[in-house]
Amino acid sequence: MSNTAAVHENEQISIKKKSQIVDVWKRLCRNKTAVLGLIIVAILVLIAIFAPIVLDYENQVIKTDYGNALKAPCAAHPFGTDEMGRDILVRVLYATSTSLSIGVVTVIVSLTVGLILGSAAGYFGGKVDMIIMRIMDIFLAIPGILLAICIVASLGNSIINLVIAQAVSAVPTFARVVRGAVMTVRDAEYVEAARAIGAKDSTIIFHDVLPNSLAPIIVQTTLQVASVILSIAGLSFIGLGIPAPRPEWGAMLSASRAYIRDYSYMCLFPGAAIMITILSLNLLGDGLRDALDPRLR
Amino acid sequence: MSEEVKKENTNAKDLTAEIKDLVVEFRTDYGVVQALNSMELEIERGKTLGLVGETGAGKTTTGLSLLRLIPDPPGVIVKGSIKLDGKDILSMSDKEMQDIRGKAVAMIFQDPMTSLDPVMTVENQIAEVIKLHEEGGMEHALTRAREMLELVGIPGSRGSEYPHQFSGGMKQRVVIAMALACNPELLIADEPTTALDVTIQAQVLEMMKGLREKYNTSMLMITHDLGIVAEICDKVSVIYAGHVIEHGTLVDIFKNTRHPYTEGLFNSLPNLENRTAELKPIKGLMPDPSNLPKGCAFCPRCDYAMEICKTEKPKRVYRNDTHYVECHLYNEDNIQEGKVSIR
Repeated sequence: MSNTAAVHENEQISIKKKSQIVDVWKRLCRNKTAVLGLIIVAILVLIAIFAPIVLDYENQVIKTDYGNALKAPCAAHPFGTDEMGRDILVRVLYATSTSLSIGVVTVIVSLTVGLILGSAAGYFGGKVDMIIMRIMDIFLAIPGILLAICIVASLGNSIINLVIAQAVSAVPTFARVVRGAVMTVRDAEYVEAARAIGAKDSTIIFHDVLPNSLAPIIVQTTLQVASVILSIAGLSFIGLGIPAPRPEWGAMLSASRAYIRDYSYMCLFPGAAIMITILSLNLLGDGLRDALDPRLR
Repeated sequence: MSEEVKKENTNAKDLTAEIKDLVVEFRTDYGVVQALNSMELEIERGKTLGLVGETGAGKTTTGLSLLRLIPDPPGVIVKGSIKLDGKDILSMSDKEMQDIRGKAVAMIFQDPMTSLDPVMTVENQIAEVIKLHEEGGMEHALTRAREMLELVGIPGSRGSEYPHQFSGGMKQRVVIAMALACNPELLIADEPTTALDVTIQAQVLEMMKGLREKYNTSMLMITHDLGIVAEICDKVSVIYAGHVIEHGTLVDIFKNTRHPYTEGLFNSLPNLENRTAELKPIKGLMPDPSNLPKGCAFCPRCDYAMEICKTEKPKRVYRNDTHYVECHLYNEDNIQEGKVSIR
């Protein structure tokens, strides 16, 4: 008898646990713009995963065919071809994987470092805060793009260096956002209550402080993916990004600059790709913030 | 002589918590604030002590000092001793303190709306205490958490909900469940019913009384509500400007009020029998804690103030073994008469 009751209770609990994720999902779905953002991001992620598998890098992406150069969009080349006769659609699709993966990896690296530094500074305050944040201020004083140019110029033009350059300039932003969020939560009564039950500082930071400061961090993360993608495009535009002939939106834009009067479609598609990616990431970020906040339930 | 008598008393009593001559200062840029002024406090095992005083008298600081949680900076413990179960907590390491918090001493905070973590389910929050202090992992902790919820009258199945899904009274029950989860020896209740409406207050107090008897927990009830004191406490300490000015049993304080300040507190309560009577609030405000009067701290507001009050701190006068008062109005000879009620 008591056994069945226990089983029953367990069932009830597992249902409840599941319903929490469903709950967040439902609230995300109620937000139409967020759903739009999510769908586009999902499509972009799928493209990023499958483009390198489906497309033949040697024969489709980088192979030049001057006979077909500068063709306007047609049935064979829906986005047209560039000055070297490469299909723009193929290159835009392939570049999705480059941009997204660099964006995500960079943000993961800088988020991890920024989270540790920012939460330490915000939670402990005093000297720790002073030292960490002044170092961050020094980094913030250098324009991000300039710092990235310096790092890439001195270390060389490669994807890893690009990630390092972007991560270094993104860390201070994360540290600042995390610190600010942590400081608003640090003095909350439930943090004091957590101390009063004998929790260690690390437990308090990871169980109470960070989950409560998540909303601005999530928003910053999605925005930062977008901004990293944008800066990579910018770096590629000035020739310091992804080395040619690997396709990259910014580099494609840069190449199309010379042809903008006569073959404007060449810059239209990579430009649109950048815009759609960043817009959808921002929409998703805002939607996630609303959906994850239990106070808005 | 009275020192000796007191010493003997201390030895005879089984004290859960004892604070002696505690001085706490808050050192800010604008000056040093004397939060506690040689504060004294004794809580016997299984008994409840009421700590009564105005806003800013140092009630919460006293409660937090028992957990050694006074915010530092700016709070500094200048001198004194705090003993829990006879052990001095001021000399303990941070690690030892963490083991005591939540296990031996638990605290119920004033506002249940803000003292629960909004992004954690309530059962997880209760389980966190249990996991920190008991063996048996998360499964055991969650089972116990649901038991605790049932104990305070909330269905265990609601444990997977978030704090905002509960009403104020239920949240305070959750906070109480969390505080009692590890059967603490001492429970510090910092105005546990201030944020609740009166009907819920009565329910929560009734529940706390029941649980206290069930677990034989000692309790420190911090409040400014004399009704709650009468309801739940065994002994009362009246504090003013961080110092105990009158201490005694319920009967001592309520029937044989001696200190003018305590009398003032009673006079500022509405009288049900005589509804046309005007309230007599204590005139003036708490003295600036960064600039306390040299003599008796209450003297600027006291109707009975004498010359000596301005310059000298009053000595402690005992009316009986349990009741003492610190006021120049009294000495060993006239303490029994109760001069203060003669206007």
